[in-house]
Amino acid sequence: MLLREVEYARPASVQEAVRLLSDHDGARALAGGQTLINVMKARAASPDALVDLSALAELKGIDLAADGTVTIGAMVTYTELMASAEARARPILGDVCAQIADVQVRNRGTIGGNVCSNDPTNHLPPLMVSLGATMHIVGANGERSVPAEEFFLGVYMTAAGPGELLTKISVPPGKSDGFASVTIGRDGTCIVNAAASVNGGVRLALGCVDAVPVLIKAGATDDDAVRAAVREANLQPPSDVHASADYRRHLAEVVAVRAAGEARGKR
Amino acid sequence: MDVNVTVNGESYERDVEPRKLLIHFLRDDLDLTGSHIGCDTGNCGACSVIVDGVLVKSCMMLAVQADGSNVETVEGLAQDGELNGLQQAFSEHHGLQCGYCTPGMLMSATALLRANPHPSEEEIRTGIQGNICRCTGYVNIVEAIKAAAE
Repeated sequence: MLLREVEYARPASVQEAVRLLSDHDGARALAGGQTLINVMKARAASPDALVDLSALAELKGIDLAADGTVTIGAMVTYTELMASAEARARPILGDVCAQIADVQVRNRGTIGGNVCSNDPTNHLPPLMVSLGATMHIVGANGERSVPAEEFFLGVYMTAAGPGELLTKISVPPGKSDGFASVTIGRDGTCIVNAAASVNGGVRLALGCVDAVPVLIKAGATDDDAVRAAVREANLQPPSDVHASADYRRHLAEVVAVRAAGEARGKR
Repeated sequence: MDVNVTVNGESYERDVEPRKLLIHFLRDDLDLTGSHIGCDTGNCGACSVIVDGVLVKSCMMLAVQADGSNVETVEGLAQDGELNGLQQAFSEHHGLQCGYCTPGMLMSATALLRANPHPSEEEIRTGIQGNICRCTGYVNIVEAIKAAAE
C-alpha cells in the first residue's frame, strides 16, 4: 500500500523529538509502527510528519531499582521485555507481552506504543492500571508523572498530548498479579480482558468494556466478591460483531474472576 | 531521503520517499521479489524478512527505518543455486502448496532455528504464528521445520 506523503525525521535526542512534535501540528511519534503504519495505510490517520523515536537511547532499557520498582523505557519492545532479567521482578509484564500478536509484531511493537495508541482492546492499558504504574511524560514545559489510572483519557487518547512524549513507565514491586482475556482466535484481538493485582484487596482493571480501562477495587479477592464488584460497576460495554453488550458484561465477570484467581495463586 | 542498506550481503544506496514501505523498496527498487505482499495489513507474514537479526513484517516498516541495516530476505537462503537445509526440508516434506506464504515461512523458520536450534512442535507453531498459510498446509510446514532442525 502506498501511504500518503509524509515527512520523516529521526531525532537524536528527546529534546529534539519534543521540539519536532511541538513545532508541527500534524506530527506524530513513530515508535514500533505496528499500529501506526497500518492505520496510515487505512487512512485512519494521516500525519504530515513522522518523528521516529528509534534512535533515542534514553527511551530504551529496563531498570530494576533496589526497592523492586521496574522502570521500562517507552521504546522497549515486547520481545525485549520478555527476555529481560530486570522485568522478571514483576513476572506478569513478560507473561502478558508473550500473549500479544505474534513473533514479528512482538519484535517491533513497543510498550510505549501499546499504551499511547490506547486502543480499547490493547493488553497493556488495563495491565498498567491494575499494577498502579506511573507514566513519565516529557514536553516543551518539562517532565511530569501521571498515574496510569489517569493516563488513559479516551479511545486512542492519553494524557501524553500533542507535543508530548511518554518516556518511561515505572511499575511498583509486587508479584500477585493475573491477566485473563477472551480473544478472537489464539493470541488475537481481545474481546474482553482483565488484569488483577492482589495486595490485601484486589485492583481489577477491565479492558474492552469502555473507552478506557475500568478500575474496580474490591476488599476481598474470592470469586464471589470479585463477581459482585464487577456487577456493581454497572458496565455499559459496546456491542459489536464479536460480542453483544450483554455477552461482554458476562465475560467481564468471567475474566475478572480468572485474573483475580491467578493473582491469588501467586501470593 | 538517502537510504543505505545491505541486503543479503550486497550494499545498496537509493533515494527513497519516506512513505515507502520496506516491502515495496525490496520488491520495486531492488527487484528482490521473493518477499511477497499478502494482506498488507500486518496479519499474514508473507513479507517477513530479517532486519539486523530481528524477524519483522516488512509491510509494517518504512524503508527509511531500515537505513543502515543489514536485511536478509528469502533470496539469501540458497547459496550458489543450492537450496539450504531448511529449503530442502520444505521440498522433501511438501511444506508448500501454492507457495505464496513460503518466503515468509522460511524467514520465520530461519529466525526460529537461529534462536532455538532444536524447537519442540509447540515452539515451532509459536514461531510461525505470525505467518498464515491459506492452503492450511501447516502440518507439513511444521514437519519440514522439525526435519531441518535435526
